[in-house]
Amino acid sequence: MTDLLIKTDTQAVAPRKSARKIPGHWQRNESFYLGLFAVIAFLIFWEMSVVWKLVNPLFTSSPVRIIRAGHAVFADGSIYNDLSVSGIEFALGYGLAVVIGVPMGILMGWYKRLNALCEPFVNALYATPRIALMPLIIIWFGVDLSSKVAIIFLSTVFPILVNTMTGVRTIDRDFVKVARSFGASDGQLFLTVALPSSVPNLLTGLRLGLGHALIGIVVGEMYGSSAGIGYMMQTAGATFQTDRVMVGIIIIAVSGMALTQVLKMIEDRFEMWRADSRG
Amino acid sequence: MGAQRNKKMEARDVRLDFYNGRMNSELPVLDGIDLTVYEGELLAIVGPSGCGKSTFLGAVDGLVAVSGGEIRVDGVRVDRPGCDRAMVFQNDSLFPWRTVVENVSYGLDIQNKLSKSARLDRAMSLVELVGLKGFEKHFPHELSGGMRQRVNIARALATDPELLLLDEPFAALDAQTREFMQVELLKILGRAGKTAVFITHQIDEAIFLANRVAVFSARPAKVQAIVEVDLPAHRSLDIKLEPRFRDMQEHIWRLIEAESARTGLITSTVGA
Repeated sequence: MTDLLIKTDTQAVAPRKSARKIPGHWQRNESFYLGLFAVIAFLIFWEMSVVWKLVNPLFTSSPVRIIRAGHAVFADGSIYNDLSVSGIEFALGYGLAVVIGVPMGILMGWYKRLNALCEPFVNALYATPRIALMPLIIIWFGVDLSSKVAIIFLSTVFPILVNTMTGVRTIDRDFVKVARSFGASDGQLFLTVALPSSVPNLLTGLRLGLGHALIGIVVGEMYGSSAGIGYMMQTAGATFQTDRVMVGIIIIAVSGMALTQVLKMIEDRFEMWRADSRG
Repeated sequence: MGAQRNKKMEARDVRLDFYNGRMNSELPVLDGIDLTVYEGELLAIVGPSGCGKSTFLGAVDGLVAVSGGEIRVDGVRVDRPGCDRAMVFQNDSLFPWRTVVENVSYGLDIQNKLSKSARLDRAMSLVELVGLKGFEKHFPHELSGGMRQRVNIARALATDPELLLLDEPFAALDAQTREFMQVELLKILGRAGKTAVFITHQIDEAIFLANRVAVFSARPAKVQAIVEVDLPAHRSLDIKLEPRFRDMQEHIWRLIEAESARTGLITSTVGA
């Protein structure tokens, strides 16, 4: 009783370590294990339906066949070239989109006149599926690396730009008043209010852009190219190598999930202060 | 109280019109405000809803430009926000991405007057002053409404302003928290030794906190009356039960009520 903190009207009671029981390992990870169970059950069902000849593996492939095909493409080394080509295309296209989209979005959100000048083009291109530009891009850039970088860039830059712009434009007026009241200059207002308050939108833009970038890679490579994961899937599909197509799909899916996870971690790092970021 | 009182803030014939672009019309909001705030006092402003109290405070802070007349703080004409004034806004408007201590040091960061470690020390001492020691690393969403307003007040005090402006800082709090915060504010201001202008629509809050209460008329606002609050400097909430407190409350309410009735804000003048 002696060291109990008494709440007085001048000093709020300081927080202390919680005495609550920590839930067990299973309880904390229940949804993870449920998901894991569902996936394993699905894979077994898939494999069994092929083993029991309920479906034709030429159409459906099967987990064991996919693993075997996956092992084969990694063992003979043929996949590495495709992986590096797609990886470079992604890194260049996405990187360029971030480097150009974020500053442009900030500037367009901040300066009304610049926004008025650029908005028609941004709106038109944002509304158009960028894949529709693929024939034009092939004419301009040919079938090698640069056309894929271009399509990935175009797919990605607009979601990033538009979201960043919205973030800058929808600053809470009260925050602006506070900053002004303390005598903040335009530059300070920008750095201390506009930028931090648009971070959540910016990150949403990066995440949306990621999805568009993956579409850009696959469609771009299928449309016209000589290497890459999309190209590998295209040729495997044309020769009915369903197992290899599946390997390609899994590679794309896993990289998409991994990249999203990386962004999610960055987001958590930045959004510690948001009440709704937990749970 | 000494006979010689230094004027901290002086407003002379302050006029302010709002321009409505859609209607292409001018709306007079302040119609010649004359008001003096003396050093060390707390002046409360009350008045009918929408009478322009907050607009006046915004003008004193330098956020809103006046259309006529002038406001001087320590003899210097106000035309923009400055280090000598600090505002406590109605919505606590704490930056959600800054921790408590980072919020408190915001003004210092902007005004860039001290070294980084000195700013942090000063912010920490203010966090303690408002009774939030132990919460300095918390984010605003982890605090209660009353605690957030304490941070808001600390943020304004951190820049060591000559004149503290408070725009209905407790309006969003529940009745109980508000009463406790009134006592707290008196203690905090007593410790910090500041001159302050406080806007409220709660008459009892005005009387409880202030040395003088300025009653604004309905829009366009003028100073309708100034009521001296003849209560001891150290006040506890019990004082609100005393007859002279009640009398003052009644008196100010009559002034506001008459004014509201005159402008059709309320239709009858049946006593409360």
